[in-house]
Amino acid sequence: MMRAFFRPLDDDDMATYSTSEFKSGLKIMLDGDPYSIIENEFVKPGKGQAFNRVRVRNLKNGRVIEKTFKSGESVEAADVVETDMQYLYNDGEYSHFMHPETFEQFTADATAVGDAAKWIKEQDVCMVTLWNGHPIGVTPPNFVVLTITETDPGVRGDTSGGGGKPATLETGAVVRVPLFVQTGEAVKVDTRTGTYVSRAKE
Amino acid sequence: MTTGADWSPAAGREVLAARARLLGQVRRYFAAAGVLEVETPLLSFAGATDPALASLATRYSGPAAPHGAALYLQTSPEHAMKRLLAADSGPIYQICRAFRDGERGRRHNPEFTLLEWYRPGFALSALIDEVVGLLHEVLPERLREERVSYAQAFGRTLGLDPHRADAAALRAAATRAGVPGAGELALPTRDAWLDLLMTHCIEPGFDPRAITVVLDYPASQAALARVRPGDPPVAERFEVYAGGMELANGFHELTDAAEQRRRFAADNARRRAEGLPEMPVDARLLAALDAGLPDCSGVALGVDRLLMLAVGARDIADVLAFPLERA
Repeated sequence: MMRAFFRPLDDDDMATYSTSEFKSGLKIMLDGDPYSIIENEFVKPGKGQAFNRVRVRNLKNGRVIEKTFKSGESVEAADVVETDMQYLYNDGEYSHFMHPETFEQFTADATAVGDAAKWIKEQDVCMVTLWNGHPIGVTPPNFVVLTITETDPGVRGDTSGGGGKPATLETGAVVRVPLFVQTGEAVKVDTRTGTYVSRAKE
Repeated sequence: MTTGADWSPAAGREVLAARARLLGQVRRYFAAAGVLEVETPLLSFAGATDPALASLATRYSGPAAPHGAALYLQTSPEHAMKRLLAADSGPIYQICRAFRDGERGRRHNPEFTLLEWYRPGFALSALIDEVVGLLHEVLPERLREERVSYAQAFGRTLGLDPHRADAAALRAAATRAGVPGAGELALPTRDAWLDLLMTHCIEPGFDPRAITVVLDYPASQAALARVRPGDPPVAERFEVYAGGMELANGFHELTDAAEQRRRFAADNARRRAEGLPEMPVDARLLAALDAGLPDCSGVALGVDRLLMLAVGARDIADVLAFPLERA
């Protein structure tokens, strides 16, 4: 099983990290939820107690919080794996993903898929975040190519792109596109900012 | 495992030049003031007993120790310099490396440069004047100066008395002040809670464009300072903050050998209680105190942080040729 393969190597079932191991990207458990460390600061008076002040992101809901630890404390490691998977389909309630090498399939609910639902099509390869083997997050590719299903005809010959107009894409997402881009055309979109990049080449 | 790709210095040429200039200014200042520059060993058979300081250790084998002996890298040159003072050195200063295990961060490197000096016959206030005078001399911009007692700093920011509040009250104050996770923190002592409040609530409130001197520390944080009897008794200790950083720590030095012996024993008792290794007590320092340390005040100032302030660096790595990761 893939899970066993990716698990941190530890004799104990519960792996832990000491504050000395803290760095951005480390996955830890706090109050029963998995978090990723964004920033870690070591704070110590010359003659006194040392602390680690961290900013962490909740991997289930994206919320960022701060936390203070006494240096030297240990924190439970979160069994979190980020892995590329192919998006298969949505059955109306769940989205289905497949690991490209093991062919193991995973189902993710709408909360886990989040905003990625706006950008991904069947067959797209996404980064799926697994916690204890279950998807809790989906990151779409940075750039996707999607076909416009609806946009105002706009004015022919206007290539300035200054104003732009809303366009609905095949996934349902709405992005602003230049006036010269028409329904039926494929466009390249940056999913991190939700902005139009260019017309896709045929 | 390193590939060596990070062989080049972290600090730029102009910062290295600023460091050299700063060291020159400091040496000229003390030469003019008639303070003698000294050097003492970085390696000692005795280590720091203070539970908040972790000494790095190494081993020497050879003549004088044919079977090998543990040696500690100094956490500060305090003990050796006090032995010089007890031998009538007169006023002395030293620029040296100090070492502290476990300390690496935006303002910490396990190996760093200390400027430490001692003034026989100086009251604490006279030494503070000298520290502030030196800062004015070496910093490019003249900073406003503020002196505040530890109790005043806590009173005005948190509305509590740091000499009397118990650990539960200090935890409650941290929670009220929004220190994240204060509710679940397990800290070993009341002083650790004071440290949490100092670093998370008080220090961030100091004007970064001012030199803030904090005076009259809790007697429980006296370290090697005298305690002035009173209600409450306070440690004759000060700290200097500027640019949002702790820059210097000074004492009206403890000269009472019996009291020093008690504090070393108390440090080791706390080490045992916290599961930390006990440290060999510095018998030579105690003997020097027995022989007679002149009444004096002394201070240690972090040179790397002073340089950060002088050049406007945000990270200590920006003022070190080779911080830990490139050492």
